[in-house]
Amino acid sequence: MRKLWLTLILALGSLAMAQSGKLEIFSWWAGDEGPALQALIDLYKKRYPNVEVINATVTGGAGVNAKAVLKTRMLGGDPPDSFQVHAGQELIGTWVVADRMEDLTPLFNQEGWMTKFPKGLIDLISYKGKIYSVPVNIHRSNVMWYVPAKLREWGVQPPKTWAEFLTVCQTLKSKGLEAPLALGENWTQQHLWESVALGVLGATDYANLWTGKLRFTDPKAVAVWNTFGRVLDCANKDAAGLSWQQAVDRVLEGQAAFNIMGDWAAGYMTTTKGLKPGEGFGWAPAPGTAGVFMMLSDAFGLPKGVKNRTNVLNWLRLIGSKEGQDTFNPLKGSIAARTDSDPSKYNAYLQSAMRDWKSNRIVGSLVHGAVAPESFMSQFGTVMEIYLSSRNAQAAANAAQAIANQVRLGQ
Amino acid sequence: MMGRLVQYGVLFTATLFFLLPVYLVIVTALKEPAAITLKDTWQLPQRWHWESFTQAWTAFLPKLQNSFVLTISATLLSALLGSLNGYVLAKWRFPGANIVFPLMLFGMFIPYQAVLIPLFQFIREIGLGGSLWGLVLVHVVYGLPITTLIFRNYYAEIPDEMIEAGRIDGAGFFGIYSRIVFPLSLPGFVVVIIWQFTQIWNEFLFAVTLVSSPANQPITVALAQLAGGEAVKWNLPMAGALLAALPTLLVYIFLGRYFIRGLLAGSVKG
Amino acid sequence: MRTLAAPIREVKMRWFKNKDNLYGFLVILPSLVLLGVFVYGFIFQTFSISLTDWGKDPAQALSANPQIRFIGFENYRELFTGFIDARFRQDLFNTFFFTLFFILGCLGVGLGLAIVLDRSPRGEGFFRTIFLFPMSLSFIVTGTIWRWMLQPQGGVNQLPTLVGLPEGKFAWLTSREQIWQISWNDVPFITALVVGLVLVFIALGAFRGGERRRGYIAAGSAALLLLWAFTLGRTLQPLPFDEPHGFNLAFIGIILAAVWQMSGYTMALYLAGLRGIPEELREAARVDGASEWQLYRRIIFPLLAPITLSAMIILGHISLKIFDLIFAMAGADNAPTDVPALLMYLTTFRANQIAKGAAIGMILLLLVAAVIVPYLYRQLKSEVRR
Repeated sequence: MRKLWLTLILALGSLAMAQSGKLEIFSWWAGDEGPALQALIDLYKKRYPNVEVINATVTGGAGVNAKAVLKTRMLGGDPPDSFQVHAGQELIGTWVVADRMEDLTPLFNQEGWMTKFPKGLIDLISYKGKIYSVPVNIHRSNVMWYVPAKLREWGVQPPKTWAEFLTVCQTLKSKGLEAPLALGENWTQQHLWESVALGVLGATDYANLWTGKLRFTDPKAVAVWNTFGRVLDCANKDAAGLSWQQAVDRVLEGQAAFNIMGDWAAGYMTTTKGLKPGEGFGWAPAPGTAGVFMMLSDAFGLPKGVKNRTNVLNWLRLIGSKEGQDTFNPLKGSIAARTDSDPSKYNAYLQSAMRDWKSNRIVGSLVHGAVAPESFMSQFGTVMEIYLSSRNAQAAANAAQAIANQVRLGQ
Repeated sequence: MMGRLVQYGVLFTATLFFLLPVYLVIVTALKEPAAITLKDTWQLPQRWHWESFTQAWTAFLPKLQNSFVLTISATLLSALLGSLNGYVLAKWRFPGANIVFPLMLFGMFIPYQAVLIPLFQFIREIGLGGSLWGLVLVHVVYGLPITTLIFRNYYAEIPDEMIEAGRIDGAGFFGIYSRIVFPLSLPGFVVVIIWQFTQIWNEFLFAVTLVSSPANQPITVALAQLAGGEAVKWNLPMAGALLAALPTLLVYIFLGRYFIRGLLAGSVKG
Repeated sequence: MRTLAAPIREVKMRWFKNKDNLYGFLVILPSLVLLGVFVYGFIFQTFSISLTDWGKDPAQALSANPQIRFIGFENYRELFTGFIDARFRQDLFNTFFFTLFFILGCLGVGLGLAIVLDRSPRGEGFFRTIFLFPMSLSFIVTGTIWRWMLQPQGGVNQLPTLVGLPEGKFAWLTSREQIWQISWNDVPFITALVVGLVLVFIALGAFRGGERRRGYIAAGSAALLLLWAFTLGRTLQPLPFDEPHGFNLAFIGIILAAVWQMSGYTMALYLAGLRGIPEELREAARVDGASEWQLYRRIIFPLLAPITLSAMIILGHISLKIFDLIFAMAGADNAPTDVPALLMYLTTFRANQIAKGAAIGMILLLLVAAVIVPYLYRQLKSEVRR
């Protein structure tokens, strides 16, 4: 009997010991997004009080600095225990193909997540049938923002297709609005492009671009650039000097009517600007993309060779759980990746997004790392440049295809 | 008379050109974030918002410490080595001495992009990947050409007779250095130390690529990340820029003469 | 009895002439080894990496043991004639124009200020301090400050409003305008033409100076180059279509900031040079009846020519390598203000195209070497002659 007790005590003791040590969380969630991450970390610490959690953040827009630091650490054989990454090809095309991440499919099966995440999402984050990351949140990329009162004033409706958009644009211009579409710097222009692409091609053809089934030089894909050019004519000329927040401000101040931006704009408008969703600002799917949810997701994975593997697995379990996601996302201003989260914790916009997440067809964002690897994304800027300086759709399409060939997109 | 007018006119315009940015930095740093609008860029702040500086200070303090450790150690080491090298090249002969010097000098001019990738791998392989000491090593090595150049030119001015006299007295290589050359080296050291301090403190490329751990990064990287972020509230980067510039600026203001001598060392002879 | 050590010692003594020279060699040896590795060794390694395909296959780029293949000069071919590397070719143009205007600006401003200060106005020390202080700043600090100054909706554009004029409308760093466009296919011809003309110039100078051999070599090379330019050079088509390149107006802001930072340097150089011109020379000229303007043009400027050359070389090599300033002012993603140094960083550390980044690094090295090596050669020849 005593032996049994002893063994039990020793086992429990070692269990507690196993849940000690450190856990380093690497992310670029500094500033406004810090509190959401901190809430998750606090939750973790409650469950595993013996683990020392190191919250390693690297500041800098959209994580460019963090990614550079991550690269040097991974190459140096000193991977962080778990790092924030955009779910999808940004992880797969960079680290998974280089054989640096552990397969998490067993974890997904253990936790029963295969039925809790939409199939469209699981497809996007899988590589050769295996899953390598746990998505903690979902943002939507293809959203069009406007101020309802202003639209009523001008007598226009949010356009449902890009053709309609161009007509509305002409109407607004005749009413004195120089630039009906508010646009910001570089990456926001690419963000606009992907909504145009989705609207022109439709969900299937858009998805085929990234699997290699549809070539960029296909006339359908070339047509995207032509529409994009006409849409750009509706945008402000000083775009390159504006941050995305400043572009949103243009809409709020009435200098522009529409802005295409991911739904972190909702967080900006509710939190920083203090507006009520539906009253102070309104939203619609980007023209031509109704019924399609273009997603991007922040996720965490398990690098090979980390020191505190058990702690990381516990972290991943937490962020994939309903409690974890419903703690994190209301603070972050995004929705949970799980389809069973509690709507009462979210504001009006997020509830609408949650409904769409469960019902819409899911495709991935280009600009935010879901459908194309880093090597493609960083060179897509060149393609954009070629188009912007020459306004030659065929040239841009050729360049895009050349880059796709070079990085072996879709293979 | 006209000449005088033109003269002072030129000086006045030039002063405006050089000092306008300084005015803007100070004014912007002292404004509250909400008060920084593009239309009122040039207006004085309503209330002097010293918090920008306290915020920047807390954010930058560890990075300032990194910069100090980096700069002081690398400067002293490269100055010492430069002095010894300069002494050798100025006063002693060995086979190949004439080709060695230009080969060393070339190292001063190369674009660091041409060595960055192997350097990155090397630092990683010797285990200094995330640490500040990798950066110290790099700055010492790449500082060798300029410090050697400055000291060599400086020591070339020492008359050969003094060296001869020392030899006759029985002093050898090290004796001459410690008894004759080193005591005379103070102005050379001042020039080199000021120059290296400024260069290393201000350097960015190596700092951003070779130091992967944010805790160990010097101030230039911190400032670039701060200013390059999204939706920048400009009072913070402006305050940060002032803090980052302060040490080298102070060195320049108080020891400007030597700074200029360091400047001129690399170009015109005599 | 002669041991083996004796002949070695004798050899060493013959080489080094005495023990002290040997010590000298040993003292400098570590630095030579370090520089040999860190400069020449690494350059060689970069070159060999640039001949591989490291980075093209995403599976190998960042893996623990990448398998890379030798592909010769393919990366270079792509950079100059490959379809997707248009950005690199524009960067070459950007760097050329930036260097040109940066040098002109610094020389002009520096010379002007030096001339004014040379006349010892009141408060000369004060003015000198003001004009020189930007040199003590990091390019990152300068870039941050000027980025704020050149915001299209504020800063410099708002200055005219202070005196009642309408605000400026120039887009500064965000400008997408490009002027002086030529097609990339014309570049071989134009380059050959320009270099050929320069060689003709050098040949004429050599003949006038009595250096016949140098003159003949220069004239011969010039003739060959110009012949090639007008025959093969015109028909060479690096790209199958016209790719326009020109001067990006966005660089005006960067040139402004760079001149602000570095013209103190040229000012210090020129001031030292002017102070070095003996007063008797100027007096003699004035006695001979020369006006102030003639004094400057005939006597002072020619005497300052070596300084101009030195400054051009130093400024040139700084501007060819420029990275920090643009990173801080326009960010790494603003294509109109891209330069090769920045592109190398992006290609290697963001796009993971390591071999191509190495190729860009090598091209940068060649550009800088083309400027520095002749300069070093001349400086050291003149030293040996002394």
